[in-house]
Amino acid sequence: MTVETIANPKVVVKDLNFYYGNYRALKDINLSIAEKMVTAFIGPSGCGKSTLLRTFNRMYQLYPKQKATGEIILDGANILDPKQDLNMLRAKIGMVFQKPTPFPMSIYDNIAFGVKLYEDLSKHDMEVRVEWALKKAALWTEVKDKLKQSGTGLSGGQQQRLCIARAIAVKPQVLLLDEPTSALDPISTAHIEKLIDELKEDFTIVIVTHNLQQAARVADYTAYMYLGDLVEFGDTPTVFTNPKRKETEDYITGRFG
Amino acid sequence: MINLNLYTRRRVINAVGLTVSLLAMLFGLFWLCWILFTLLDHGLPALTSVVFTQMTPPPGSSGGLLNAISGSLMMTVVGTLIGTPIGILAGTYLAEFGHRGWMAPLTRFINDILLSAPSIVIGLFVYEIYVVHVKHFSGWAGAMALAILVIPIVIRTTENMLRLVPSTLREAAAALGAPQWKIINFVTLRAARAGIITGVMLAVARISGETAPLLFTSLNNQFWNSNMDQPMANLPVVIFQFAMSPYEDWQRLAWAGALLITLSVLTLNILARVLFRQSATTH
Repeated sequence: MTVETIANPKVVVKDLNFYYGNYRALKDINLSIAEKMVTAFIGPSGCGKSTLLRTFNRMYQLYPKQKATGEIILDGANILDPKQDLNMLRAKIGMVFQKPTPFPMSIYDNIAFGVKLYEDLSKHDMEVRVEWALKKAALWTEVKDKLKQSGTGLSGGQQQRLCIARAIAVKPQVLLLDEPTSALDPISTAHIEKLIDELKEDFTIVIVTHNLQQAARVADYTAYMYLGDLVEFGDTPTVFTNPKRKETEDYITGRFG
Repeated sequence: MINLNLYTRRRVINAVGLTVSLLAMLFGLFWLCWILFTLLDHGLPALTSVVFTQMTPPPGSSGGLLNAISGSLMMTVVGTLIGTPIGILAGTYLAEFGHRGWMAPLTRFINDILLSAPSIVIGLFVYEIYVVHVKHFSGWAGAMALAILVIPIVIRTTENMLRLVPSTLREAAAALGAPQWKIINFVTLRAARAGIITGVMLAVARISGETAPLLFTSLNNQFWNSNMDQPMANLPVVIFQFAMSPYEDWQRLAWAGALLITLSVLTLNILARVLFRQSATTH
């Protein structure tokens, strides 16, 4: 499957290369991310799947020796263009990390922090927004009586849902999930997978995962990467049951990796 | 086959190591307890209400340490108030912006030197740049010397505590599109808050017992003085002077002062530890 075959692409990646210093970590990546669908990046450790994800919000720019070349088109504009405003980009593209990262402030302020960066809401409107985000993240019933308590006091699974709530409270268009359940137990994982299914009604979701079953369960499209190359990309049933490339089949059937 | 000889040897080495470290701990504790015991033995009887209500007396008449206590408090507070913001700002610069360029490594190197500089050198420095020009000793000069002692301690702890904040927390804030000043103010500094406060308290504990930097700056004052522009009494210098004197009532007051300083430093240290432990369990 190539760039052209996805009917409704939200993000189009063209000839993307990525460098850590002199090391080329991504090699001529071309793919499209379908709008309001879930796209999964799978592959063994070090294959570049997280690196690819982190180019979408230019997270790598925090680190001086990392750089990307090529194009990533979102809504007709190249987000790798140096003129692209970083903070406005990150308002459109939210991210959730592998380890839960609650800020050292109350549950309420964790959600309000991001919203306040872009919107000047009244106290009431902010309360509505916080409740909306927590409900979307399936956390509201558990925390509605302790919004003033510290976000760091929640359990791991709750913290991760808090981080998802914090990301969607800003109302981004794309949500990047970097191995969001690898630090969680199976029950919290199931919670979050169910959540991903519901969230794709409103958001375009890209998820990096080590867990092949998870990709099979939640993703509409799957990309298999190996050593910085995009080996195979297609709709999930095809990639998992009828892969075109021998390498993909070996990885998925567990003969390798 | 399991080699029992190897196992036995490991156990013997373990036992020896444990014994040696226990002895080392006992050796340290022994002196500390002796010092504390002697202090309490001599200091407690001398620690009467007069100590807190009267000024330092001439030899042979009754008196207390009120002027020295208030002078020490004033100079410590002012020194901390000047030193802490500078230290926190510089430490934040080193931790959050110190990845590139030559400024940060140079600052870190100079700070390490300052951290281990003998405090009497700091006193002489302030004497040269300030006391000589205004032509008299003063509380301001004393506070200045103490501030210079506070700065490197606070810089070091602030930088270390900020480095302990996981980089994923910074990334998470950046991923929301927060500008760097907001990330630092509302996320990283807040996450490191307890550790930084601990560092400030340890700095206060350090300067509250310093004698050398005050000898050349605030000197001493036999009378009540709340004017920072005048020479100021302070506990360490009074202890130094009274303990060296041949008069028994002065020596008693020196014991009382020594006990007071030790108790306040001990309290600050314990508070700092409790605070740090609390923050370690909530994160």
